[in-house]
Formats: sequence, structure tokens, C-alpha cells
Amino acid sequence: MLLNAANTGGFFYLVPFVVLFPVIGLLINMFVGGRLGEKAIGAIACLGSGLAFGVAVLLGLALVGKPDGLVVPYLDWITIGTLQLQWAFRVDTLSVTMMLVVGGVGTLIHIYAVGYMHDDVRHNGDPGRFRRFFVYFNLFIAAMMILVSASNYMMLFIGWEGVGLCSYLLIGFWYEKGKDGIGNALAGKKAFIANRIGDLGFLIAAFLMFKYFQPLAPNGVFSFDFDSVASLAKQVPPSGILAITLFLLLGVTGKSAQLPLYVWLPDAMAGPTPVSALIHAATMVTAGVYLVARSHAIYSLVPMAQNTVAIVGGVTALFAGTIALAQFDIKKVLAYSTISQLGFMVAAVGMGAFTAGMFHLVMHAFFKALLFLSAGSVIQGIERGEHHVEQDPNLRKRMKHEMHFDAQDMRNMGGLRTKMKVTFWVYLVGALALSGIIPLAGFWSKDEILTEASALNPAVYWLLLLAAFLTALYMGRQILMVFFGESRSEPVAHATESPAIMTVPLVILAGLSVVGGFINFPSVNTFTHWLANTFSAVAEGTAGGEAAPAGFNFVIATVSTILAVGGLLLAWYLYMNRVHEMRRLPQNQRADDPLRPILGPVFTLLENKYWVDEFYGYIVVKPYEWLSGFLADKVDWNFWHDFFHDTILVGGFNGATRLLSGPIDLGFIDGISNFLADGFKELAGQMRKIQSGFVRNYALSILIGVICIIGYLIIRLG
Amino acid sequence: MVSVNYYLALSVILFIIGALGVLIRRNAIIIFMSIELMLNAANLAFVAFARYWQAMSGQIFVFFIMTVAAAEVAIGLALIVTIFHTKSSIDVDQISTLKG
Repeated sequence: MLLNAANTGGFFYLVPFVVLFPVIGLLINMFVGGRLGEKAIGAIACLGSGLAFGVAVLLGLALVGKPDGLVVPYLDWITIGTLQLQWAFRVDTLSVTMMLVVGGVGTLIHIYAVGYMHDDVRHNGDPGRFRRFFVYFNLFIAAMMILVSASNYMMLFIGWEGVGLCSYLLIGFWYEKGKDGIGNALAGKKAFIANRIGDLGFLIAAFLMFKYFQPLAPNGVFSFDFDSVASLAKQVPPSGILAITLFLLLGVTGKSAQLPLYVWLPDAMAGPTPVSALIHAATMVTAGVYLVARSHAIYSLVPMAQNTVAIVGGVTALFAGTIALAQFDIKKVLAYSTISQLGFMVAAVGMGAFTAGMFHLVMHAFFKALLFLSAGSVIQGIERGEHHVEQDPNLRKRMKHEMHFDAQDMRNMGGLRTKMKVTFWVYLVGALALSGIIPLAGFWSKDEILTEASALNPAVYWLLLLAAFLTALYMGRQILMVFFGESRSEPVAHATESPAIMTVPLVILAGLSVVGGFINFPSVNTFTHWLANTFSAVAEGTAGGEAAPAGFNFVIATVSTILAVGGLLLAWYLYMNRVHEMRRLPQNQRADDPLRPILGPVFTLLENKYWVDEFYGYIVVKPYEWLSGFLADKVDWNFWHDFFHDTILVGGFNGATRLLSGPIDLGFIDGISNFLADGFKELAGQMRKIQSGFVRNYALSILIGVICIIGYLIIRLG
Repeated sequence: MVSVNYYLALSVILFIIGALGVLIRRNAIIIFMSIELMLNAANLAFVAFARYWQAMSGQIFVFFIMTVAAAEVAIGLALIVTIFHTKSSIDVDQISTLKG
């Protein structure tokens, strides 16, 4: 190595640049991108992400020399009384692992997106949005880097909200498209609201944390810092820790799409495919897993919270796996697969197997990003085929019955193996890695989770084992439906391979999916030792950190391999042999999926996702809409507007005005002046009679007056 | 020597005659004469008291009143002449334009 390990400590101070580089990229694209071409915009965005990755690599090298890491203060953020928040970057093996994943996978997806979005903006008819896409993408990388490099919960929360915002913006990227011209916007809204419910949990956890930790903090100044939380956690009553961890779990279920808040993730597939790969598979949705791993010091204190997390993860893994089995949208299958795999990770970190969870997180980022990007390549290949068919009058005639062609419906696909060779091979690698076929990445990480689970939580072990079998089955089904057999529609028959800018990142990711698992090869355990620097540094003398790492268990590895291979073989039997048999049936009796006749109503149940959306709609959305309608129509309009405003305020005002103007002003005030006027008029009328105009009368009155005065004087003085 | 009471009684009679003349008669000239009668009733009373008290101030006041009466006659007659010019009458009841 050229760099001397001892000299690399200075690299720690580069850490703000993991955030700043993407921010610089997005600012350039935002302000001058309008004058640049697509190539320049793409290059700047890729550079922003790529340089952040480069910084992460340097940080990783620095950590090799000094594995304890460092907290790099950047600036004071908020100081209010006993609350003192810093904007500080935490560099340790856990955060740098996440930075490497976000930066590395993110950069590959950026490169892919340059090619993908070039076609996508043209297919959707608005090339101007190319720039906007990359601004959002860089913003996402920046927010995600803030999330993973944060040194305290509040800074993490900023990143947490930032990635949620980017997710919302990118799900609704084609906001005017989708069902009824509003479907994509609704999907974005759903994701945002589901995440908001989770964020509420996070916030309540933060409030509780302040309540319980602040009085214990040295000098009474609490900073939400991970280290101070870890060191103080033991003095906090267990009930407080339990409440904090369970509310954090609510945040985790929102962001990482676990039961019961997972419903947004399948709809989030409305975003362009690179978004699904980057945000909704590889990075953002793993934030919840990262949060639990980051909070390992407090989770380790309360076994009940750990069990809850593990059960949520295990049940989600199985639940989503069954739904994935009966979906026809190529991206929806992958979405439910993502939920299922996130369930694996959440179960792992819940059980205390933080390393296993993080290991699966990294491996999953490789192969799920690969699968999504390959699916994007498939979709665009078919869209190119559709375009080709539309240009050809002969072929167009045959398209007539397929007026609403869905380029994502696997029932229309088939036989793409020969038309998109590169995509096929990388997809196969990704699918096998996900299924857990030795020696691909998914095998090692999933095996580690299963091994840990068998020792720590047998119930979760069985859930995950079943989910692993389903994973192999639905991935086999997808591969066979998409790439094997015969093309089931004209556009698919004319699909073509994607350009190199898209396939090269795919090949790199495929390579990572093949060899990635070796970073934590059993008995060598590089990755475990790497992360142990973070997990045990806190564990020493404070909370108990990582559970004892379970060794490689040959029996469990064999069982999971048998199940994976069994799943794939079952898929082969169903989707190759049975499909051939079904061909013999007449068209109208032919089921669209061989599982449908076998499972019967269960398949319908799965196809409709257990009607969870409808159930939520009935339980939550309908009453909520009813309540909103009630509040709007009855309370706001009828009560506040009609009754309170119109009747009470306006009516009262009119009444008061009428009272003031009528009886008070006209009657009383005017009455006084009128009375005075009338009185004087009356008096004057009486007095004028005296003015007879006869001098004699005046003389007489003077005489009488004089007599009176004199008489008075005589009586008084005399 | 005649008692002052007789002078005063005569003065009062003269004053009442004058006052009644002013109040009752309509001819401006008669009214004018009645006013003179009242002034002279006052003069008589002044002179009677001056002699009774052996004081000169009463006598002097009489001179003042005679002077004022002369001035009054001059102005009053001028007014009557002017009224007569406009109304062709010296009946005071005709002069009632200030009636309310």
C-alpha cells in the first residue's frame, strides 16, 4: 500500500466532503445545468456522488490505521438551555461502511441513470426533467450521507427527513402519470404519509430520550450524541429505555418498510427504476436497520424491545415473501422481495446480531440494486420493442388487442434470454445471490443471519427459513417468466439490449454480488472484526453490545442451501413443465400463472396482497376521510361557517348594528337632540306670542318688570 | 309749608297718568307727551326731596333729566316724522313689523 497507515489519520477531517460534494454537484446542476447538455449534467452528478465515494474510501483507509474512528465537529448547531446540538460527523467503521455502500452503489446507479433517464425522459415526453432528476439524486446522496455520518440523533433525523423528502420527490417524479393521471402523485403521497407516521415515532423517542437522559448528563447539558446516550443508558430506568426503543422501532417500520407501515414501498415503484434501485432497495430503506445498529447500546439493554424488533422483522420477511409470489409486475415482485429482505436485516439487528444484519444490508445493496437496474433495463428493452412495433404497420395490426400494453407485466414477457443477453446474465447472478446460492453474496449474509437466529431466537429462525425458501421460489418464478419460454407479446419479441452506459454498472454490481460475500468469509470474518471496532468500543464498560458471533454452522448452511435449490427447482417445475402442459388447454381455460389453479383462492389472496391496502383503507383511510369530511362539511362549513360565522358573528353583528342604529342611534341619541330641538321649538312657539309687535305691550312688560324688581327690592331691603 | 308727601303724591299721580298714557294711547305724539309727563313726575320727586333734605344733588339731577329729555324729544320727534313719512300714520299699533 502506498499510503502509510499511520499517516492516514488526517483523512478523518475530510468527512464533511461526503456531504459537500453531492451538494456542490446539485448546486451546479440546479443553477447552471439549464445551459449544459445531458452529458455534462450526468457527469457533474456522477462526479458529485463519485467524489463522495472517494472520500469514503479515504476514510476507510484511515480507519484501517486507527480503527476507533473519530468524531469531527463541524459547527455548533442549536444551543437552548440544557440542549446543545452539534453538527458533527462521526467516523467509525459502521458509518464508513454505510458511506461506502451509499457512495459506491450510489455512484454506479448514477452512471446507470445517465443512460436510463436519457431514454426515460423521451419515452415519457419531457426531456427537460433530466436535470431535475439528477438534482434530486444528488440531494438524496447528500441527505443519506448526513444520515449515516451523523454523530447525534438529531442530525441523523435531518438526514432521515431529507431522504424521505427525496423519496417523495422521486416517487412522484412523473407526477402527472400513473393511474387516472394522478397515480404516481398518490404513491408519493402515500410514501410520505406512511413515513411521517414512522417519523412521529422517531420524534417521540427523541423527546423521551431528552426527558430521561438530560437529567443524567454531565453538567445537565444533553447533546443527543450517540456516545453519551450509550454511556448514560445504564442509569436510565428500563421502562424508559423500552419506550424509547419501541418508538424508535415505529420509525424503523416506517423508513425500512416493515409491518405495519410497509404499504408505501410497493407503490413507491411508481418512481423511475434507478430511484427504486438506489432509494427503495439499496440505501434509504436500510436506514432503519442502520438506526437500530447505531442504537445497539440501548437496544441491548431491553430484551423485550429486541424481541419485538426481531419478531417484526421475521414476520415481515415471511409476509412480504408470500405476496411476492403472486405479483405480476416485475418491479412489484422486487419491491416485496426488498421488504422481505429488510425483514431479514431488521430481525438480525433485533436479535443483537448487528454484524450479520449490516452484512446482509451491504450484500443486499449490491444484488437488489443489480436486480432493480436489470429490471429497468428489461423495461426499457421492451419499451424500445414497443416503439419498434408501433413504427411497423404490419406488426401494429397484431398489437390491436393489446391496446393498454404494460411494459412491466411479466405475463407479457418471456424469452428475453436471447434478446438481452447481458441483462439476462446479470439478472441471473442477482437472482441467485438473492436466493442464497453458494458462493454468491446472499448465501453468506443470509446464512449468517440464519445461524445467529437459530442460536438466539428459534421462532424467528423458522420464519426466516420459510422466507428464504419463498425467496428462491419467487426469484425462480420471475427469472423463468421474464427470460425463459416464448415471448408472449409483440413488443417483447422485438426487445433490444440496453446501451453500455447501463450494462457496465450492471456488470460491476454483478461482480460485487458474486464476490461480495467473501468480505465476511466464515472463520476469517473480516467484516465482523471491522465492525467490532464500533460495536465493542461502546460495549466495553457500558452497555452489552454485539451478541457473541455464531460460527459457521454446517447443518444450517446445508438446510438453507437445500431450501434455496428446492425453491428454484420448484419454480422450474411450475414455470417450465406446468406451463407446457397448460399450453394444451384452450386459451380461455388457460390460467395466467401455474400457481393459480394449485393455490386457488390463496393465490387470489396473495395477488391482492392480503387486501391490506383495502383493509387499511377501510380501517384508517375511510374513517379518516369520513372524519375529514365531517370536519370540513359539518364542523367547518355547517358549524363554523354557517352557524358560527354566518349566524352568530354576522347575524350578531347585524343585530347589534341594527340595535345601535335603530333604537340607540335613531331612538335615543337622535331622540335627545330631537327632543331638545322640539322642546326649544315649542318653547319658542310659546315665546313668540309675547312678541306682539305692539310697543305698548313691550312698555307694559317693562313696567311690570320694573315694578317687580322694585317690589322685590322694597321687600328685601325694606 | 307744604309737606313733602303732597309733592310725592302729585309726582306719583303724574307718573301713573304718564304710564297709563304710554300704555293705552296709540297716537305717537300722545305717548311722547306721556313720557315727558313721567320724566317730569320724576323731576318733581327729585326737587321735592332736594328741598326736603336740603341737598343740591337732587336739583342737579333734574337738570340732567331735562337735558336728556330735550335730547330725547329731538330724536323722538325725528323718529315720528320718519315713521309718518313711511306709514302715513303715527299710530303705534301700525308699527308692528317686529311681531314674532
